[in-house]
Amino acid sequence: MRQTKLLMGMPITIEIVDDTVSEKDIKSIFTFFQEIDNRFSTYKKNSEISKFNRGEISEKKLSKDMKKIFALSEKTKKETNGFFNIQKSDRTVDPSGLVKGWAIWKASVLVGKKGFQNFYINAGGDVQVVGLNKEKNPWKIGIKNPFNENEVIKVVGLINKGIATSGTYIRGQHVYDPHNPNSILQEIVSMTVIGKNVYEADRFATAALAMQRNGIYFLERQKGLEGYMIDKKGIATYTLGFEKYVSSS
Amino acid sequence: MKKIIIGVVALGLIGAAAFFLRRHSDDETILGVPTPTLGLTHATPTPSSASATYKDGAYTGETVETDRGYGPVQIKAVISGGKITDIIFLQMPNLPGHTTEVTAFSQPLLKEEAITAQNASIDTVSGATQTTEAFEKSLASALALAK
Repeated sequence: MRQTKLLMGMPITIEIVDDTVSEKDIKSIFTFFQEIDNRFSTYKKNSEISKFNRGEISEKKLSKDMKKIFALSEKTKKETNGFFNIQKSDRTVDPSGLVKGWAIWKASVLVGKKGFQNFYINAGGDVQVVGLNKEKNPWKIGIKNPFNENEVIKVVGLINKGIATSGTYIRGQHVYDPHNPNSILQEIVSMTVIGKNVYEADRFATAALAMQRNGIYFLERQKGLEGYMIDKKGIATYTLGFEKYVSSS
Repeated sequence: MKKIIIGVVALGLIGAAAFFLRRHSDDETILGVPTPTLGLTHATPTPSSASATYKDGAYTGETVETDRGYGPVQIKAVISGGKITDIIFLQMPNLPGHTTEVTAFSQPLLKEEAITAQNASIDTVSGATQTTEAFEKSLASALALAK
């Protein structure tokens, strides 16, 4: 069973292939994403994050999830030499670069707890896959062509992994270099990361894109992460371990 | 429901905008917006009444900041025959071209290849998304004026 909903400003697709799945199961996962959005959306005036940014909630009174996200953001900032930073120039914080991957991962854990073993969750192009697809093969994930929305330029086969892509296409830029907030990143247009889960993949994809060409070398040095980087000329550079995921057919 | 409609429209428009921008990257002129196409095939919320009646005219939306400090988005919606017929970008994030110097790392030799389109069947797609909310908000405020 597969369903897509527009939530958090992006399409979220859940597909569960175990035959015991019901509509209710999938609905409860969408509800989970809605709750995350209500808490973490900087676009929602009454979200916890908006209240915090307006100084209406003290750091001490934040929810457990919010504290967790702040701690994870701090950790990621250190691990990426400051390239991942939720602090904005106006002193407010925007953890959305981390929340998405974290939420998909948490949702996947929830699906697993319901007893399902073969599914994926794709939220705005970041994907957690668990088990196998309908054909009992590794899940086949296409990497979108940054120059053509409707085209796939690589296919990887994944089992129990996360994959996330950060990019600069569609409109404007997705990520900026916190060390040079006014610079515009353009050389690298797409950075895909495969990790042990989508939370890891997502946060490192964001940071690696901010590092631009050095991002792929940064990924090469990280254990358990593989990357596929595309520059503005359409040339891809990939980590040494990436090839083992590439589907030949 | 209206929010969903706006969301769906906004997504389509962004796709259209991307298409346009690729072809006219240094020219921020009026966008001719084709029928929005969504890459979604399953259980996508479909606008139940595509004929949501807006008053004809051109309406300017509020300026909405993008979430990563790339500058504001502001759109003008043109309504004709009660439907959105055009979206004009009054403000959108800049795309000038200069790259950034970052700390140099010691670099192993990695493989390169030119990207090529693949035809293999796939289960799902990984790709960058843009937050559509800044867009939705500006569009929503333009449409509110068209009521």
